[in-house]
Amino acid sequence: MPHLKVTSIKKSYDENLAIRDISFSVAPGQVLALCGENGAGKSTLMKILSGAVRPDSGVIALDGQTARIATPADAMALGIRTVYQELSLLPHLSVAENMLLGRMPTRALNFVIDWAEANRIASAVLADFGFPQIDPASLVRTLSVAKQQIVEIGKALVAKPRILILDEPTAVLSAQESNVLFAKVKALAAAGTSVLYISHRLEEIFEIADEVVVLKDGQSVLQGRIDSLDQAQLIEAMVGRPLAAIFPTRTKRAGEVVLDVSQLGRAGVFEGINLHLCAGEVVGMFGLVGSGRTEVAKAIFGAEAADVGDIRLHGKPAKFASPQEAVRNGFAMITEDRKGDGLALDLSVLDNAGLASFNRVSTFGIINGARRRAMVDEKVSDLAIRPSGTARPVRHLSGGNQQKVVIAKWLLVENTKVFIFDEPTRGVDIATKVEIYQMIANLAENGAAVLLISSEMPEVLGLSDRLLVMREGRIVAELQPDEFRMEFVFAHAAGLAAKPEYLQ
Amino acid sequence: MNGAVPSPASRFAFWHRISRADLIFALSIVALVVFATFASDAFLTQRNIVNISRQMVTNGFLALGMLMVVRTGGIDLSVGSVLAFAGLLATGLQVQMHFSAAIAVALAMGAAVGGINGWLIARFNLQPFIVTLASMGTLRGGLYIYAETPLYPKDDLFRAVLGGAFVGPIPMNFILFALAIPVVWFYLNHTIAGRAALALGVNKEAVRLAGVNVGKHLIFAYVACGLFAAIAGVLLASRLGIAQPSVGTGYELDAIAAVVIGGGLLGGGGGTAKGVVGGVLALALVDNVLNLFNVDSYYQQLLKGLIILVAVLARRKNT
Repeated sequence: MPHLKVTSIKKSYDENLAIRDISFSVAPGQVLALCGENGAGKSTLMKILSGAVRPDSGVIALDGQTARIATPADAMALGIRTVYQELSLLPHLSVAENMLLGRMPTRALNFVIDWAEANRIASAVLADFGFPQIDPASLVRTLSVAKQQIVEIGKALVAKPRILILDEPTAVLSAQESNVLFAKVKALAAAGTSVLYISHRLEEIFEIADEVVVLKDGQSVLQGRIDSLDQAQLIEAMVGRPLAAIFPTRTKRAGEVVLDVSQLGRAGVFEGINLHLCAGEVVGMFGLVGSGRTEVAKAIFGAEAADVGDIRLHGKPAKFASPQEAVRNGFAMITEDRKGDGLALDLSVLDNAGLASFNRVSTFGIINGARRRAMVDEKVSDLAIRPSGTARPVRHLSGGNQQKVVIAKWLLVENTKVFIFDEPTRGVDIATKVEIYQMIANLAENGAAVLLISSEMPEVLGLSDRLLVMREGRIVAELQPDEFRMEFVFAHAAGLAAKPEYLQ
Repeated sequence: MNGAVPSPASRFAFWHRISRADLIFALSIVALVVFATFASDAFLTQRNIVNISRQMVTNGFLALGMLMVVRTGGIDLSVGSVLAFAGLLATGLQVQMHFSAAIAVALAMGAAVGGINGWLIARFNLQPFIVTLASMGTLRGGLYIYAETPLYPKDDLFRAVLGGAFVGPIPMNFILFALAIPVVWFYLNHTIAGRAALALGVNKEAVRLAGVNVGKHLIFAYVACGLFAAIAGVLLASRLGIAQPSVGTGYELDAIAAVVIGGGLLGGGGGTAKGVVGGVLALALVDNVLNLFNVDSYYQQLLKGLIILVAVLARRKNT
């Protein structure tokens, strides 16, 4: 008998059908991967299972019994725990307080918190999880984002869930931390917990899932054992059309050197960074989280100062003290965290897309509103941003469309020579990914120099003309296309750089 | 907006843009006016209307200035002190110079205080609440050192052309306030500084990384707020014919109240000039009506507090 069985779930918001018809089942101790593009209904489904929203119709059954999940408390009482992609921790409270929120152990007539007991429970859970180094008494805000994610998952583990739902849990984790998580997921499954695992990373799904369900347009279109499927089949099911060439082919060869960085360093973060970008070239930068990729990019962009080293643009000094100077000199940076520092979520598409290009539509500080709208409208339709109205706050757009707004903001700046893309397709659906790849290729075709930072290996390998690999604040390898092999790149990034035989 | 022929869709959108809170708010003002008209013979007289319009001016300028700062996610507690000091300078300096020069000095002081506030906040990334709390206290102390007792204007023209002047039936200082409204509206919606300030209030880092000069736009908002507070101070001194060092205590709260009642979001990212004018009008009407009925001032404060609470409740996001 399946542990959890979902039959013909439907849910609409206002007039929009978010979920048309989803059915699937999970056996006890099974890891079921849920995949699909943004808007396929994954997050709505997750909210239904965790009691955050109620379905319009359909049946959810646990162990053969129809379950009523009307509130988050109902879901918890049934042993369902959900770890959302957005962290929900309270930064000013301790790790233990966060993990035991609402169920802190007490003494003296339930009035006095038993801190020793709280810390003991939290550290036992974390140690069992594989992260004994996290101190339960430390404040959450002092932890790295990766460690916060670990705490978030630990919080779900405290209750020994029967069904654990994980939404993109590895987005901020290093490869090492991800492996610890995978081991824990497998151990939980072996002990009888059913795991619903949502991820964009197909490699991951093949690593840990037993079965996979593909959602598309609010319907479950495929459920099958993972070992009977391959990546191409999954992508085709998600996108709903045959897999065309994902990575565009480019014809233009690299031109003269545009950006030249030498011996750039910042104490304790990165050192001895040498790199150059040529016109019409896409240079990939791969490295694990924490390898210093983003910090190097921010230093080039003037957002964080470098201590030593030299940056030249067309041979002229270009070490900028602020992003303002960098932008004025033809730099653009699409940052990694679009919600944190790429967008003002409560503002409209118009205000966000036009944020870096005031000078094109204003005189003496006064904006020509009609020209600004026309400028943004044109770019919105060029990039096929949906919905096409620009008055809507970007908060209401899907992840893929939000990312297109960020890119639109930079495409609207004139005379940009150097584009830095930091994780441009994180949290973006596959169809939009393909569009973004095309945009990056177009920029290079038009003579821009592109630095592409990504932890998605297929993406850097598929788009780059050269690949820089970073580890612990240094560039440890520069690879040419004939050396683009996943294991080889990963070995450099992880510091297992035993040179393959053919290079020795 | 667009000057094209209004389509059915845009008319539809217009009705949907008016929130329920705005509607309740507008209806309450109308109801209050209707009630006061019938309940008091003194309400709908020219004399009383002139009174209301003149009383709106002080809080009006303060609230418009406050709005510009609140949109950046900040707050300015020093406006009451700036107002008092500006009044003292504009009257006191008339001994040394022509009153127009004295006014210029007073306004420059307001802009300078705002500039210092903004610079400290932008340059050192300090909390606006703390910085302006400090300047509120510092300035209040400073102005008592400048003038311990009330000052009177030396030049009669000071009253005659500003606080005491009328254009037809309309008081001069109200006209100045009315002129300031479109200026602020234009700044908020049609200048780089205004749009950047709004974006700043929502996500400062995103604005910085877009290559926008964050400090400049932030400082500008505080300069404008300080300047508006100084204008309010000069106009108040000119209307009353006296500048008191104790005036303006607690005025910052009325200004914040007007911004909040008018739909401004403390914490940044919202508020319109139109809304703030509505907030100012509502507070002025309530004051006026309660005065006409000789209601004790303690009850006035109590009632104003409740109005703020209701306004915030009505505008809370339904999520």
